[in-house]
Amino acid sequence: MSEATNKQLDNSSNVTDIYSEHIEWATNLGEKTIHAKRAPGRFRTLKYFTESLWLIFFFGAYLRWNGKQAVLLDVNNRQFHIFNITILPQDIWMVSLLLLLMAMTLFAVTSVASRVFCGYFCFQTAWVDLFTWIEEKIEGNPNKRHKLDAAPLSLHKIRVKATKHLIWFAIAIFTGISFTVWFVDAHSYWDDLLHFHLSAIEKATLFAFTMGTYVLAGFLREQTCLWLCPYARIQAVMADSQTILPAYDLQRGEPRGKLQKGKVIEKQGDCIDCFQCVQVCPTGVDIRDGQQLGCITCGLCLDACDSVMDKIGRPRGLIRYASLDELEGRSVKKIYQHPRTFIYVGILLLALSGIIYGLTHLGNLTLRVAPERQPLYVTMSDGSIQNKYTFKVLNKTDKDVEVKVSAEGGIPGQILVDADKPQLIHHGKAAGFTVFVKAPGANVHEEVTKIEFRVVNILNPAMSAEYDTVFNGPEDEHGHEHK
Amino acid sequence: MSDNHDSASGVPTSGHVWDDDLADFVNQPPKWWMLGLTASAIWVVVYLLIYPAIPLPSAGTFFKGIGLPGLNVPQPGVDAKDNNKWTAIKELSQDQAELDAVRKPFEDKIKVMTPAAILADDKLTEYVTRSGKVLFSDNCAACHGQNGKGTFQSGKFAMREQGYMAPILLDDDWLYGGKIDDIYTSISGGRQGMMVAHKDSLSAQQIDDVAKYVKAMSEEGGKDKADADSAVAAGKKVFAESDCTACHGADAKGMAAMGSANLTDKIWRFDGSIAGITQTITYGVNSGDPQARVAIMPVWLKKDEQGHVVSKLDETAIKKLAVYVYKFGGGQKDEVAAAPAVEAVPAAK
Ligand code: SF4
Ligand code: SF4
Repeated sequence: MSEATNKQLDNSSNVTDIYSEHIEWATNLGEKTIHAKRAPGRFRTLKYFTESLWLIFFFGAYLRWNGKQAVLLDVNNRQFHIFNITILPQDIWMVSLLLLLMAMTLFAVTSVASRVFCGYFCFQTAWVDLFTWIEEKIEGNPNKRHKLDAAPLSLHKIRVKATKHLIWFAIAIFTGISFTVWFVDAHSYWDDLLHFHLSAIEKATLFAFTMGTYVLAGFLREQTCLWLCPYARIQAVMADSQTILPAYDLQRGEPRGKLQKGKVIEKQGDCIDCFQCVQVCPTGVDIRDGQQLGCITCGLCLDACDSVMDKIGRPRGLIRYASLDELEGRSVKKIYQHPRTFIYVGILLLALSGIIYGLTHLGNLTLRVAPERQPLYVTMSDGSIQNKYTFKVLNKTDKDVEVKVSAEGGIPGQILVDADKPQLIHHGKAAGFTVFVKAPGANVHEEVTKIEFRVVNILNPAMSAEYDTVFNGPEDEHGHEHK
Repeated sequence: MSDNHDSASGVPTSGHVWDDDLADFVNQPPKWWMLGLTASAIWVVVYLLIYPAIPLPSAGTFFKGIGLPGLNVPQPGVDAKDNNKWTAIKELSQDQAELDAVRKPFEDKIKVMTPAAILADDKLTEYVTRSGKVLFSDNCAACHGQNGKGTFQSGKFAMREQGYMAPILLDDDWLYGGKIDDIYTSISGGRQGMMVAHKDSLSAQQIDDVAKYVKAMSEEGGKDKADADSAVAAGKKVFAESDCTACHGADAKGMAAMGSANLTDKIWRFDGSIAGITQTITYGVNSGDPQARVAIMPVWLKKDEQGHVVSKLDETAIKKLAVYVYKFGGGQKDEVAAAPAVEAVPAAK
């Protein structure tokens, strides 16, 4: 697209000069470093607030709960601790529901208000914002930074640049540490870190996240949003003409033209072509070209343009959050008039209720019983039929328990061989044992009979778990003998 | 690169044109991308050289491996100064050593314990049943079937409806005894079923009658059938008066000491039909008759004169197998009076 635009502009010779700057901005392939201007405004303030949510990422892991880390995603021991709740691999289906929930939220929000996540919450945006804030403090405003970049190497330049990179790197390391401490005990991690006792995987994680942060936020910056991020690529399919996003009011702004003697020319539109909106844009796009991949909908250009409109005494909102329909004067549908809102909300609710169900039905004892498949049953010398079952009992509490096995259903006269012996299940562990069920051959009439096993904590009968399975027998009641 | 240019954008194209105006742009890939490609190509060469991939005598990396900081794997036949070098073989032996270290405390105990003592220890039993599974699949399953469920005779004997190649180990019927020590003895010493052929000592009619009687005994209320069925009654008479009771006992319940089968239960070592039973009685088991049933459990523990184990399995492995087989569900506790019995190969019923 930019190719075509450039070509067109080249052809209209007498305006080429005015737009030379624009061409430079529009083809952003990373050759030019973008030094965006930091301007105050409503959305700027909002962005500071939303980005500060990431403080939880930095400090949340140090929160303690009953003497243990409140949120610990203990991948090593394959269990997640979230306050009082322990999630073991068996409950991991809830995590997939959680991912579904988050994906759906993202889609729903995107379809209604486009890339809110990108502009206000995304870690890439937040870290780049922090890095450029530091850059501005050390190297000065965008003009100074451009000059410094172009200046020949000097002691001053080295000093300034080195300071910046040191601080960046320190933040990157702290990011790496903060990520890791969600997966291991935060306190002992610092201990290990300061004594250089990190495990290989901890070292690798720290290295990967430090370098990732340093490179992505320090160097790649908007290039990440433009060329790396998959969400940026697919967001277009979720947005349509009713989605609100930062938009330039073409009808009002065009034809744009520079102020002459400080006055707006009557036949010109409201846009005074001051490029403030482009200067502040962290991804360096010109929103006046319409919706585009590069726009992360951060709202900073709205602030910039509003302040220009205030100065020249025009109403705010030349650039504003608006849908295409609104800009083109078509009727605007309400949110609840979109069928897709209901579909998204429906899926959201389903996932949410699944998670709530899961969390409230975690239980503290789970039972899985696998009937032996090879062979399905054994004929004993007295003609009785014996089935073998492999029990897996998972104890999710923090105490060891002893359980007893019993069965309901099955065959009249069946006995559970050796089941009177209590089975010890260590806390947080799954134990396996075998149970034989022997039933008189004369009573086995069906190939498959339902049977329900139950394990009960001996000391606390309220703690139990059941599992439905089957008792297998011969094809017909007379078929006991082997061929 | 090309003299062709796209008319709208002025970008050079490959010159191929489809559907009037579709053309291939020949834009250069981004510089960083080309740099990455070049770097990868160089890395491939470097990697091939330093990774033990090509046997270069000068570098010697193929057999010694590449140096890694912090690695210390001594390997027989390799210079000690190469201990820090990585090869897949070294990694394997390192992993194996790790595994052996975990197993050692168990293995050491098993070595000096009796099978019964192992069985009494829950932890050891758990360990033994796991390693026993591998041993069983490798050595026993060919005849006894996967999981001991039995497998049918194939090949030469298949035509004779031989029945199971070796006894089912899951049930509670044991030709030679189902206590843990009996099972151990059966595996280590092997078993040979024996039953003489009766084709000369009994007439065809007598054999037929006995077969009917034997079949009737295994059925519900079978013993009473003798009164109702003349063939069964005749068979009963033959059974009592000929040599049958010498091995199977007057009650026909078999004797574990000699591996004779219990004829009154529902388990059939060979074919349990009248025809099958007739065949067994006529030609016997391991009787030397070419049509005899074959039932041989090999000897699994062999020692030379110095007492060194020369067989594939040693005592530890056989202990594991005995416990594993016992745990199939038919093992008999020591207090319980021995029921009829056998492990391994037996006589017919
Ligand atoms: S900031 Fe507003 S007035 Fe200035 S160029 Fe952008 S749209 Fe036009
Ligand atoms: S165009 Fe405006 S809203 Fe979009 S990224 Fe740039 S400054 Fe943010």
